[in-house]
Amino acid sequence: MTAVTVLVQRELIRFVRQRSRMLAVIVSPVLFWVVIGSGLNRSFQYPGGPQSMTYLEYFYPGTLVLVVLFASIFSSISLIEDRRDGFLQSVLVAPINRSSIVLGKVAGITILAALQGVVFLAAAPAVIQTSSIGSIVLTLFVLVLVATGLSSLGFLIAWSMDSTQGFHAIMNLLLVPMWLLSGALFPITGSASWVAEIMRWNPLMYGVAATRKALYGLAPGAGQELPGFGVSLLILIGFTVVTVLVAAIRVQKRLASKPLEESR
Amino acid sequence: MKKQRSHAPRTPRAVHRLAPRTPTVLRVNGLTYAYPGRAVLRGISLEAKEGEILAILGPNGSGKSTLLKILSTLALPASGSAHLDRWDVLKDPYETRRHLGVVFQSPALDDKLTVFENLHFQARLYALPTAEMSVRLKESLNVFSLWDRRHERVEHLSGGLQRRAELAKGILHKPRLLLLDEPSTGLDPAARLEFWHFLRRLLRSTKMAVVLTTHLTDEADRSDRVIIMDKGEIVCDGTPSELKHTVGGEIIALRSPDLERLRRGIRRRLGIAGTVADGELLLETAGGALILSKLVRAFPKLIEAATLRKPSLEDVFLQKTGRRLHTNLEGRAESPA
Repeated sequence: MTAVTVLVQRELIRFVRQRSRMLAVIVSPVLFWVVIGSGLNRSFQYPGGPQSMTYLEYFYPGTLVLVVLFASIFSSISLIEDRRDGFLQSVLVAPINRSSIVLGKVAGITILAALQGVVFLAAAPAVIQTSSIGSIVLTLFVLVLVATGLSSLGFLIAWSMDSTQGFHAIMNLLLVPMWLLSGALFPITGSASWVAEIMRWNPLMYGVAATRKALYGLAPGAGQELPGFGVSLLILIGFTVVTVLVAAIRVQKRLASKPLEESR
Repeated sequence: MKKQRSHAPRTPRAVHRLAPRTPTVLRVNGLTYAYPGRAVLRGISLEAKEGEILAILGPNGSGKSTLLKILSTLALPASGSAHLDRWDVLKDPYETRRHLGVVFQSPALDDKLTVFENLHFQARLYALPTAEMSVRLKESLNVFSLWDRRHERVEHLSGGLQRRAELAKGILHKPRLLLLDEPSTGLDPAARLEFWHFLRRLLRSTKMAVVLTTHLTDEADRSDRVIIMDKGEIVCDGTPSELKHTVGGEIIALRSPDLERLRRGIRRRLGIAGTVADGELLLETAGGALILSKLVRAFPKLIEAATLRKPSLEDVFLQKTGRRLHTNLEGRAESPA
């Protein structure tokens, strides 16, 4: 357990000392939101949703998830850097349970990602008229869950990567499409049936759905075409547990049997 | 007490400076390791005793890094055994790690953290009791004269100081065995000297064995005992001076427009067999100065330059393997670091 706290603390200290990282993570989603949101603001119609909803409002929950996605994914890259430096090696030769490495790293990244989500969540009352303390706290809870799932996914991907370039490739091929098809940009109700089918299998869709519902304080009118709040949470939790377990197994396995390459 | 293993490796030729009953800390027996299609280690056996610095000297690709990874519990060999005191390095990595300190070649300190934060985290990873922790932190920082710099961020320290901080981190939990991977690579000569000064100071105050890998002969020369590795095998094992004595009295190095003709001529007229390496003809001889003058008189046209020197570990490597140490596998000469 100490090992987990040590790794979390390290992650937090590093973040505080590299504040520019936060800018990169928040500024680009917010730009996305403002530009795309304002551009499409009047031309958007939400099939099955309230007619009065502007695109800026529709796009808000998706942007919130994008902030968390960027934050967790960029932080996961640090795992590759830790391996390239000797830091990870020095943790691997310490007498700790290897699972602590997964838990410490995932918890650290989750905290950072959720904190960055909170910064953008501060805009909620301005965007969504019905916002209340309750709906914002509930949204925060959902964001932490989404962040945990994405951090463990990021860990799993980064663990098997030798270079940050490889990670960027995966990000463009897997993680960005995951977000595009999560209901963040467009609702599932208006999309072609094959797109809707892919969306139903996308775990992040449930993250966006839960965020959307939480933002409206689970009001019956908001996102009635979406899966239920409870179901979405269960799927999110299930996804996170599976990813963490797979990561914990891989951390044990790979290092025991892998013929490690010469360092030079 | 110390159990003598029946399949113990051959004993080192001499154990110098150490009392006869110095305990053996590390026992390695018949380690083999392979990549698909290539044997990296072909039966490595060695011992390291308390209080000694053992250097494993070899070129890149000799297998020394793989050996270090096995000893640091990061890789498993195909066969063989390794014990740190009574702990089985291969079967009980968890227990072994508590008694093992490793300083990797790539920096393991977090550069955004201060020296103290790095060491404090290390102390907690090794679960040092709280009462002992502050004492150990202070001791380790003091051994390496880092106490006054403890609140500086690692990224702001010089290379030499970072190296010392790495060492301080590596010995925080009082390991029985300290493994160092190419410890002074990248350090300037002054920082290298200082590093060795601190390493010796550390060994005087603790009961541990140090095993280091290096491709630098001067680093091996400072160690108590040297094992030369090449192509996954141990070529020889002894103190630096013992190894150098196996080469002979002195080395004459000759430069010539026609090295081959000179080599044949010397063998015919003086009966001395020489080796051509890196544009030089090298001769081992007992009466160096006398032979040198004979040579210069006998081959005035063929000898452009002649040097007489004491044998070095480089010469030992050349004699045992027929190759220069600092020529890597592609045959490209490496710049002396």
